[in-house]
Amino acid sequence: MRPQIHPIPSGTRDVLPDEMRELRAITESVRGVFERDGYGEVWTPALEYEEVLARGGGAPPAYRVFDDHGKVLALRTDMTVPIARLVATRYANEDPPLRFCYFAHVYRAVRPHRGQMREFLQAGIELVGAPAPQGTAEALTVLCHVLDAAGLRDYRIGLGDASLYPALLAALAVPEEAGARLLEALVARDFVALESELSRLELAGPEAELLLRVPQLRGGPEVLAEGDGPVAGAVAGLRDVYALLAPAVAERVIFDLGLVRKMGYYTGAVFEVYDPALGAPIGGGGRYDDLLGRFGRPLPAVGFALSIDALHIALTGEERA
Amino acid sequence: MSGGLGLTIAVPRGALMRETLDLLESIGLDCAEVRSNDRKLLFADVGIVTMRPSDVPTYVEAGAADVGITGKDVLMEQSERDVYELLDLGYGACTMVLATVDGPDPSVEALRRLGVMRVATKYYKTAAAYFEATGRQAEIVEVKGSVELAPLTGLVEAIVDLTATGTTLRENNLVIREEIYVSTARLIANPVSHKLKAAAIDGMLEKLRAR
Repeated sequence: MRPQIHPIPSGTRDVLPDEMRELRAITESVRGVFERDGYGEVWTPALEYEEVLARGGGAPPAYRVFDDHGKVLALRTDMTVPIARLVATRYANEDPPLRFCYFAHVYRAVRPHRGQMREFLQAGIELVGAPAPQGTAEALTVLCHVLDAAGLRDYRIGLGDASLYPALLAALAVPEEAGARLLEALVARDFVALESELSRLELAGPEAELLLRVPQLRGGPEVLAEGDGPVAGAVAGLRDVYALLAPAVAERVIFDLGLVRKMGYYTGAVFEVYDPALGAPIGGGGRYDDLLGRFGRPLPAVGFALSIDALHIALTGEERA
Repeated sequence: MSGGLGLTIAVPRGALMRETLDLLESIGLDCAEVRSNDRKLLFADVGIVTMRPSDVPTYVEAGAADVGITGKDVLMEQSERDVYELLDLGYGACTMVLATVDGPDPSVEALRRLGVMRVATKYYKTAAAYFEATGRQAEIVEVKGSVELAPLTGLVEAIVDLTATGTTLRENNLVIREEIYVSTARLIANPVSHKLKAAAIDGMLEKLRAR
C-alpha cells in the first residue's frame, strides 16, 4: 500500500528507534557528567510569555501564538533566558552559586541544514553566582568532561571575550555609528567589509591596523602576548581563566580574539566547540553577567549549550575518519 | 584530502577559473593538471576541487572545502551562508545593474501607471532587496537562462543582471539605468577550518596579500 504522506513543519523531524538509541546514549553520558559535577536538571515550559523572553535579549522568537486571553506566547529560542527567569522567580533568596543543567528543545528561525534544524535539542548548564574567572573555568571544565564522556576525540574550544572588540572601539574613540557597522561586519565574519569600513574612518594607520588585526588573532597562549593596550583588560581576563584550567582542559583551548556570538546577552568570556568532523560549531556559551539583573536578581553567570544533533554528527564523522 | 597548502580549496569553474588558477600558482600551487584536465573535478595532490561558482559557498559552509573562491555576487545572493569572507581578490570585476530597452524607460512608465515594475533576474534576493531598499514595488521574475531576452519579448520591463563589459546588453539594445554594486572575486573560509587550520589559512592570506 502506498503510504499517505502527512507533512511536518520545515525544520522539524521525526526520530526513529535506531537513531534514538544513539542520541539517548549521548544524552545519558552527558547527564551522568552533569549529575556528577553537581548540576541539577530542570525543565521549563517550551512556551513563555514573549515579553519575558524579550527582557532576556536572546535570539528573536521564531514561533508565536496567542493564548485564550490574547497574551502573546513564544517558543523559547534558548534555555539561558528561561533559567534566568527561573532563578529570579524561584530562587530569589538562595545563596549562590546555583548549578542547573537541562536537556531541552529550542526553536529558532534558521535555514534548516545539516546539524541545524528549527527545533533542536540542546544540552547545557547554567552556573549562576560564580564570577570570572573561577566560574568560567568551571564551565569550561564541565564542557570538556561532557565531550570526553560522549566520546568525542578531536574537539577544540575556541575562547574569546565579547567585551574585547567593543573595548577596543571605545579606547580608540571610534564614533558609535561607525563602531556599530564594524561590529556588524565582525558578527557577519566579513573581514572584507571590516577592512573597507575601517578605510573610510579617519584613523591613524596603526589604530586601523589594530582594529583589523586583533579580531583575526587566534591560536595558542602566544596570541595573548599581542593583547596589550586597549584590549589588556579582556586579555588579562582570558589569561586568568586559562591559568585555572587543568592541563587536559587547557590543551583543548584555542584563543580567538575575534570570537563573537550571535546572542546579545554575553558580557565577557565566550567560547565555541569545534570538531574537524563538522563544518559548524557543536555548541558554545559564555558569561552573561548582566542577564540575571534584568530579571531582578543581579548575579554573575556563565553557561554553555551543546546541540545534541551536531554532537551526534561529529561523533559519527570521527568514527569514519 | 588537502595537499599543497594543507587546505582543500574550492575553485570556481567558468569566468573566474583562469585568474583563480593564476593566483594559486603565484602562491606556489601547481595547477597544471587542473588547467589541462577539463573533466576531472577533484585534484587531491594540490587540494583543489572545482565547481560552479554558486556551489562554492555550499561546499565551504559544510566544511567539504576549507576555503573557496567565488564572486561577491554569489555571496550577496547566498547571504544566509555561514562562511567567513577573508579577502577581496580584486579580479573578476563586474557590475550588478538595472537595465531596460533603450529609449524612454518602460519601467518608469510601468511604475507610474500600473504601480509595479516587472523585473527578470537570476539574482532574486539581490533584486528584491534592492527594490525594497529603494522603495519601489517590483514583481521579480526568476529566470535561469539569458535574462536579456525577457525585456525584448515583453515578459518584463527591466532586468537585474551582472555585466562585465556591457557588450551583451548593447547587442540586445539594452541600456544600463542604475548600477547596484560592483562584484569582485572573494576568498571565503569555513568557520571551523578558520579556527582549526588557522596557521594554513593565515599563511595563504599572507601570501595572497604579499602578491
